[in-house]
Amino acid sequence: MSDLFFNGVFIGTVKNSLRFIKKIKKERREGNLSYLMNLMYDEKHDNVIITTEKGRARRPLIIVENGKPKLTKEYIKKLKNGEITWNNLVKEGVIEYLDASEEENSKIVINEDELTEEHTHLEISSLIILGNQASMVPYAEHNTATRDIYGSKLLKQGLGIYASNYLIRSDTDSNILHYVQKPLVDTIMWKLMNYDIHPIGCNVIIAIMTWDGYNIEDAIVINKSSIERGMYRSTYFRPYKSEELRYAGGIKDLICIPEKEVKGYRMEKVYVHLEDDGIINPEANIMIGDVLVGKTSPPRFLASLEEFRVGVEARRETSTTVKLQGNGVVDSVMISESSEGNKIIKTKVREQRIPEIGDKFSSRYGQKGVIGMIVPHESMPFTASGITPDIIFSPFSIPPRMTFAQVIECLAGKVAALRGTPINGTPFNNENETDLRKELLKLGFKDNGSETMYDGRTGKEYKARIMTGNMFYMKLRMMVSSKMQSRARGPLALLTRQPTEGKAKEGGLRLGEMEKDCLISHGATLFLKERFDSDKSVMPVCKRCGTIAIFNKFKNKGLCPICGEKSEITLIEMSYAFKLLLDELKSLCIYPKLHIKPKS
Amino acid sequence: MKLPKKLQDKYESLNEKDRKKLLRNYEESLVAPGEAVGVVAGQSIGEPGTQMILRTHKFAGVTEIIISKGLPRLIEIFDARKTPSTPSMTIYLKKDVSSDEKKVRETATKILELKVKDVLEKLIVDLLNKTVKIYLDKTSLKKFMINTKKVSEMLKKSMKKEEITYEGNVINIKSKDANIKNLYKLRVKVKDVYTQGIPKIEQILPVKKGNEWIIKTFGSNLKEILKIPEVDTTRTFTNDLFEILNILGVEAARNAVINESLMTLKEQGLSVDVRHLMLVADIMTADGTLRGVNRYGVTKGKKSVLARASFEVALKHLFNAAVHREIDELKSIVENVMINQPAPVGTGMLKLVVKHDKK
Repeated sequence: MSDLFFNGVFIGTVKNSLRFIKKIKKERREGNLSYLMNLMYDEKHDNVIITTEKGRARRPLIIVENGKPKLTKEYIKKLKNGEITWNNLVKEGVIEYLDASEEENSKIVINEDELTEEHTHLEISSLIILGNQASMVPYAEHNTATRDIYGSKLLKQGLGIYASNYLIRSDTDSNILHYVQKPLVDTIMWKLMNYDIHPIGCNVIIAIMTWDGYNIEDAIVINKSSIERGMYRSTYFRPYKSEELRYAGGIKDLICIPEKEVKGYRMEKVYVHLEDDGIINPEANIMIGDVLVGKTSPPRFLASLEEFRVGVEARRETSTTVKLQGNGVVDSVMISESSEGNKIIKTKVREQRIPEIGDKFSSRYGQKGVIGMIVPHESMPFTASGITPDIIFSPFSIPPRMTFAQVIECLAGKVAALRGTPINGTPFNNENETDLRKELLKLGFKDNGSETMYDGRTGKEYKARIMTGNMFYMKLRMMVSSKMQSRARGPLALLTRQPTEGKAKEGGLRLGEMEKDCLISHGATLFLKERFDSDKSVMPVCKRCGTIAIFNKFKNKGLCPICGEKSEITLIEMSYAFKLLLDELKSLCIYPKLHIKPKS
Repeated sequence: MKLPKKLQDKYESLNEKDRKKLLRNYEESLVAPGEAVGVVAGQSIGEPGTQMILRTHKFAGVTEIIISKGLPRLIEIFDARKTPSTPSMTIYLKKDVSSDEKKVRETATKILELKVKDVLEKLIVDLLNKTVKIYLDKTSLKKFMINTKKVSEMLKKSMKKEEITYEGNVINIKSKDANIKNLYKLRVKVKDVYTQGIPKIEQILPVKKGNEWIIKTFGSNLKEILKIPEVDTTRTFTNDLFEILNILGVEAARNAVINESLMTLKEQGLSVDVRHLMLVADIMTADGTLRGVNRYGVTKGKKSVLARASFEVALKHLFNAAVHREIDELKSIVENVMINQPAPVGTGMLKLVVKHDKK
């Protein structure tokens, strides 16, 4: 006698719980009961629990009866011909969905050849252990789990053609790789997720060797001629939006070529590309600071407009300027209207990005690295048959990370390129290493993929044989041209009068607490002071009350609002941040009195 | 120039040329005026500290006594925690004892704190006679060199109310106000009754070091250990800094801080010059007590308001300073960096005044 629960509510008792469960399951498989229902038998508490609630994670499995899976070859044939669909399989009781509780009562086998009478379910594919992303890593079962995770994370960053209508889209920061290729070694998932239609990298020839230390610490050496042939060239798109806003009182922005009288007028040359309507011409070659859409706005405070000046000179310049590292081209200009009825202009700028030193590349196994050197074709090592690698990858990156899949892919890629058919590297279900070795031997190469190579600069043979093969490499989103930044002078933060922070605001690099300590421990006191001089200011201080006073530049005389005429003002040099500290203390009702003494 | 005594002796034994060399070397190795020794010490300890593995909190060995190591231990030392997380002692023995293994083991068993539960075979509550019967284990009695009589005496000492008799290796405790609840309470209480040895010494481990035996313990009780005649009082130490401070004084505590921190660093394969640790230990013990390097200890003792406020809980210090009308002399580094004035270290330490010739 066991208790029966339905969605957590006690509804009755069952005499023979196992027979009851068997019957319910049979009814469900036959389609008489909903396939969304799951049930389990809790042996410890002698409960039968039936759930139809929402929010349970369920997964499909092939039903096994008497040691035989119900998904027979006939079903597979019908599926291939398109006679039946997935839903038919579920309806006919070939496949059922289990939730976590029902899984407790089931015995699930991963591979069909391990099937016994005891088993109740068969996994549809062994790949199901891994998620969508992780199953895109070929030969993942040969790697440590951490590297598979890193690898699948990097797949998201690989450049490719993310959408085929990219030309009419205006995504912020999008990259298109010019010559994309389908990988020679892939997994089923690549096809299922349409990654063979819009891939995220290309197949290159790699050599696993060192090259004069230029590929030290995960760096890679890349072939200059390969780059010049267009390998890993990409285009960076960035849209700029400008809107003709309306303000209270019927005043509005004006899209036009700003006149020279306008407040904040830039140099004349930044406006050259603008057409008469104030909008830039498509396909115009532009540089940083150039204006894309010329715009003037009414002054910020309307009162000043009415009282003093009327006309163009009161207007402000608010053009959209381009932020680029190198040279760019205006790709497209779109003129439209916003929901408020304002005129909107979206200009998309494109910039070609040729691989340069510092750009980030990666294989699919978390073996990411930056370009350390671009070497001319003639200086690169070559094999007896004249093959020159595109990328030289350091052998020191492999042993500590134990990415065997990296080596196996190199081997598999070589076989695939030589025999002319791609290789399936799906985890747990792939062409295994021994077969690959045999095939490579048959194709006339050493079975471990190594070849005798010659130094391109001297022509001398390398003493060691070097492993070469084909691999799928990705260019990742991080590129030097969008990271590089420097500053000598620039904008200051309004509150602290210290330099701004961050690349977007042309900020400085912070000399932090620990860096300060370094300067102190070197005893470089005066340098330390100069380094922190960015917010240096001279403050008038009242000697009598010790607070910051006012200085009247016209009269060239200081005045303390507390002491009035009696005040005695001296000018003290201090950091503006300290003046702020004093102000903050005052707001805490603490009177920070400065005692002024002559310098001793 | 005045040389330290050790060097002075050496200096006198040298010839003229070597004397000059020694003097020059001595002068060169002196710290220059204005050198930021504190910051350098902080950095020199802090940098290797980043390389320490946080995970090595406690190492479980087979026979080794578990002692906290690595960064957690270092933090413990510099924070001057009242009790270490794993108190431990290293006991050296006098020369006539230390080479004899048998004698050493004898001493070790004498030291170990023994409770009734350690020599217990079984414990029975006799409800009919309202007694708790303690069956003692004969082999462990022999091992710890104790007899039933002694155990019962110790029981009598701690339980004056109850009637205690013994027979063979069985001790009977008859409770006077015997209800069942009390009997069971008694049963629990009996287990933790102290019988012999030194309190707080929970584990002992005799280890051979070179050609002498030393005893490592888990649990620390320096005061009692030093009373034992076999113990070499000059070398025995504990890792409980406050115990050392209370029993042996500040100078000993200073040395303990240096030794403990140096040992912790060495264990991790890091080498830090002793002089940095000496400076830290000096600062920690400067006022005769042991102060931690944190806002309750060393930083609290700083004179400057701004310097104190710049390190943790700023408001508290500022308000207190306002209440007490404190004056910041701006004589230290942090304050001068804050107001952007040259700080009195290094090149900013000295002020040169050029004397003009009256001509």
